[in-house]
Amino acid sequence: MSSNDVIIVDNVTMRFRINNEKVDSIKEFLIRIVKRSLTYRSFNALEDISINIKKGEVFGIIGLNGSGKSTLLKVISGIYKPTKGTSTAFGTISPLIELGAGFEDELTARENIFLNGSILGYSKNFMLGVLDEIVDFSELHEFLDVPIKNFSSGMRARLGFAIATVIKPEILIVDEVLSVGDYRFQEKSEKRITELFDGETTVIIVSHTLRQIERLCTRVLWLEDGKEVMCGPTTEVCKAYKTQN
Amino acid sequence: MIKTYIQTFQKYRYLLGNLITRDLKIKYRRSVLGLLWSLLNPILMMLLLDAVFSMLIGASEIENYPLYVILGQTLFSFFSEATNGALESVVGSSALMKKIYVPKYVFPLEKVLYSFINLLFSMLAVLIVLMFKPIAASFTMFLIVIPLGLLLIFTIGFGFILAVLYSFFRDIKHLYSVLILAWMYLTPVIYPLSIVENTPVVGLIVKFNPLTWYITYFRDLFLYGTIPNLTTTLICIAYSFGMFILGLFVFRKAQDKFILHL
Repeated sequence: MSSNDVIIVDNVTMRFRINNEKVDSIKEFLIRIVKRSLTYRSFNALEDISINIKKGEVFGIIGLNGSGKSTLLKVISGIYKPTKGTSTAFGTISPLIELGAGFEDELTARENIFLNGSILGYSKNFMLGVLDEIVDFSELHEFLDVPIKNFSSGMRARLGFAIATVIKPEILIVDEVLSVGDYRFQEKSEKRITELFDGETTVIIVSHTLRQIERLCTRVLWLEDGKEVMCGPTTEVCKAYKTQN
Repeated sequence: MIKTYIQTFQKYRYLLGNLITRDLKIKYRRSVLGLLWSLLNPILMMLLLDAVFSMLIGASEIENYPLYVILGQTLFSFFSEATNGALESVVGSSALMKKIYVPKYVFPLEKVLYSFINLLFSMLAVLIVLMFKPIAASFTMFLIVIPLGLLLIFTIGFGFILAVLYSFFRDIKHLYSVLILAWMYLTPVIYPLSIVENTPVVGLIVKFNPLTWYITYFRDLFLYGTIPNLTTTLICIAYSFGMFILGLFVFRKAQDKFILHL
């Protein structure tokens, strides 16, 4: 463990209990207790995962569907608390997952910018300072005071992207959404993302398209069934991953 | 540890405020009078209650009967609205909670505070109605912040527990709608405390019901110009902080688990 590690995941195990049938009513719950059929199947979505990520690294996570990639991201972001082990992050985490989560349809774009900013943990003054930049980047000047229920999905995505990337967060989490909007905006957003990869921001990317990972990452973790198969320099891991899949 | 709690709370205070404004804006969006409704609505409600309850016989039993009902009703509606909001808050924000880290207590807390702001508007409306009533304003009215604050603390605690229960069992919602109705009948909202005092079981429940204490406390100050004694105050404080600590404890225990149930 060196002093410039920004993310330390230490022996993390994440166990989920899956009810054989979903029990979410009291009646069901009581009947099952009486019948002693309240059975759980537990499985480990992550098993003994340890990683240290240094400041400025672009770290990729690869693996098939259901291999635990998103679960690991959620543990790192603090959404899930691991069953065993600890995960520590030093710095503000900004997730780029599902842009515009927390948008409120009835409110205008301007109101949503402030609401969304506060969900990301930014202060009012900060948001006032970056408002223009967000509006410029998302190109929504004339729609600023329109309720976003009237927005197209592309417009929403543009707004979400602009808010999430308006500052250089200390840690950026990217979950399979490197490009949103139409072709022109895609180029613009890719450029914005690569601007973030300048050594100041630590980036964690999850993807199952290897091309993106190979192009961007410095180090890669390969997960399978919640277990670490390999972790190391991009070329090595990607080569091994390709031969197996 | 407490220090980090306060720091995160500071950080998310702005979010809390934004969520409350969001709810207020959505409630009155599309209406011409906008925010004015939050004042107009309770005033109209009170005029209605006033008209209805002036005609009822209970009037002879209680001094200022219509106002007695209005105050009880206003406080109880706050409790009902706030707890129902808190109950659904965590499940309602699950989409957000699964994507980004936000302290989970923000959501039930926000719903209760939002209802509390509505309550303050209603209180303003009560004052306006009061101007047309032959009641001498007493200095004890300023002390209503005590029962209001204590009721708020109690409601936050109770809201935490409901939010947890609902995230595990979705049928709590149906159960609670019955419970809250029963709870209202077991609180002296429209009847005087004296009529149930001597009934064996019900009387006891009404007497132990925390809301009975807060509402009575409030009326004593507001309506009758008397200051409740120290014992009453201490009992109210005990109920509030007891429920608050219990709620916090339950919520803290469950918060890492219920995210998996959403």
